[in-house]
Amino acid sequence: MRKVIMGNHALSYGAMISRSQVIAAYPITPQTQVVELLSEMCADKTLDAKFIKVESEHSAMAACLGASLAGARTFTATSAQGLALMHELLHWASGGRLPVVMGNINRSMAPGWSIWSDQNDSLSQRDTGWMQFYCCSNQEVLDTVIQAFKVSEKLLIPSMVILDAFTLSHTYEVVDLPEQEKVDEYLPPFKPLIRITPDEPHAFGGLTSPEHYFELRYKVQKAMEEGLALIEETGREFEKMFGRYLGIVEDHRCEDAELILITSGTMGSTAKIAVDELREEGIKAGNLRIKVFRPFPFDIIRNILKGAQKVAVVDRNISYGHHGMFYQEVKSAMYGHSNGLPLFGFIAGLGGRDITPTTFKEIANYALEKEKPEEEITWIGVNR
Amino acid sequence: MSKMNKKKQAKKIVFKTEKEVPLMPMSIGSMLYNKTGAWRNVRPIIDNEKCIQCGICWKFCPDAAIYIENEYPVIDYDYCKGCGLCAEECPSKCIAMVEEEK
Repeated sequence: MRKVIMGNHALSYGAMISRSQVIAAYPITPQTQVVELLSEMCADKTLDAKFIKVESEHSAMAACLGASLAGARTFTATSAQGLALMHELLHWASGGRLPVVMGNINRSMAPGWSIWSDQNDSLSQRDTGWMQFYCCSNQEVLDTVIQAFKVSEKLLIPSMVILDAFTLSHTYEVVDLPEQEKVDEYLPPFKPLIRITPDEPHAFGGLTSPEHYFELRYKVQKAMEEGLALIEETGREFEKMFGRYLGIVEDHRCEDAELILITSGTMGSTAKIAVDELREEGIKAGNLRIKVFRPFPFDIIRNILKGAQKVAVVDRNISYGHHGMFYQEVKSAMYGHSNGLPLFGFIAGLGGRDITPTTFKEIANYALEKEKPEEEITWIGVNR
Repeated sequence: MSKMNKKKQAKKIVFKTEKEVPLMPMSIGSMLYNKTGAWRNVRPIIDNEKCIQCGICWKFCPDAAIYIENEYPVIDYDYCKGCGLCAEECPSKCIAMVEEEK
């Protein structure tokens, strides 16, 4: 069934069609409609799930962890300050191996108060052991929620499905809502390996001595490392059943590109327009949109960048005192593999400043003019 | 299995490799193996003459070191840390906290 829905509702429908059993969330702009619609679905029984009202995001995630440990398929959604408030519990989810799926709307962190998009909220959580999927269309959001449950429940690693504030969260697009029966076939009910039950009582998450803690962390990393192959496999399986491949990255005209732009989220679709226009001007450009940020697709990126002469990484985020975070990661992936390939790092669009095709052309021209980067960070569009 | 049998069988669990470690950090019986009674410096002693068998000490013991035998509370000194909560909560004041001596 085709529907015209906003990005936020794509998350809600994704959680619905995945048959989420427990939803605990606290409203925050620009995420509110996600849980608003889910609470209506729970109230009118469109969705047979328990909706738990809570007093904060910290409690929302705590409720999700309890529900997940009891064996329920569990969903929540948040944004910016709410995600930051969850931080402690994010570690509990991954360390406790609880496959919660969460929607996060990329909103800039305060101060100054902002409801507009940038990626610093989710990227500040990159080391919490959650998989991160950066989406660029409402269809991708909905499909990725279904896939995220499948991957998370297999690996016992939680997932964050991420979309930009307003440019996706409040933008209406045509979305194909898959048939429930087919989704049930793709995503069978959650069968937890370990669960809290009176039949076999245990305490969970208790004191762990240095004899065992190290091994627990090792196992989280090993699960993450298995993630990429599983995301690829489930993405192909999804394609077979629903006709849409869910990739780890999106490669737009990179094959013979001399200049490759690296983007994420909705700016990835803007970059495609810029690439097409640059091609018309005779510039061999390409766009590599990174969808899966954790686990990080080292080999895929190395492979795509192999033939490039220049690479421009565009970050809608910043790690203060260092670089844009995608730039950091791409540089680390290319260390020892780059053969002197110049990697440029750009910061653009913080706090919801528009990123347009013109922005990418400015970036492309800068990278093409310079032989190699002359500064650690190149700021695009700062009035100074 | 009775509590006494469980206690006898309790042994230190050692995982040789990461594969043996459970995925999730969870209790594995170390509370039974660790005889925390050695920490105690005051010992609760119940006077059954005065005990009204209300079960409040059993309910409040934070270490589950009190069990009920023949309808009277009995303290398991292998695990009792001597916190004195039972004596504090006892409505008939029949639990005395006596200093441990070597």
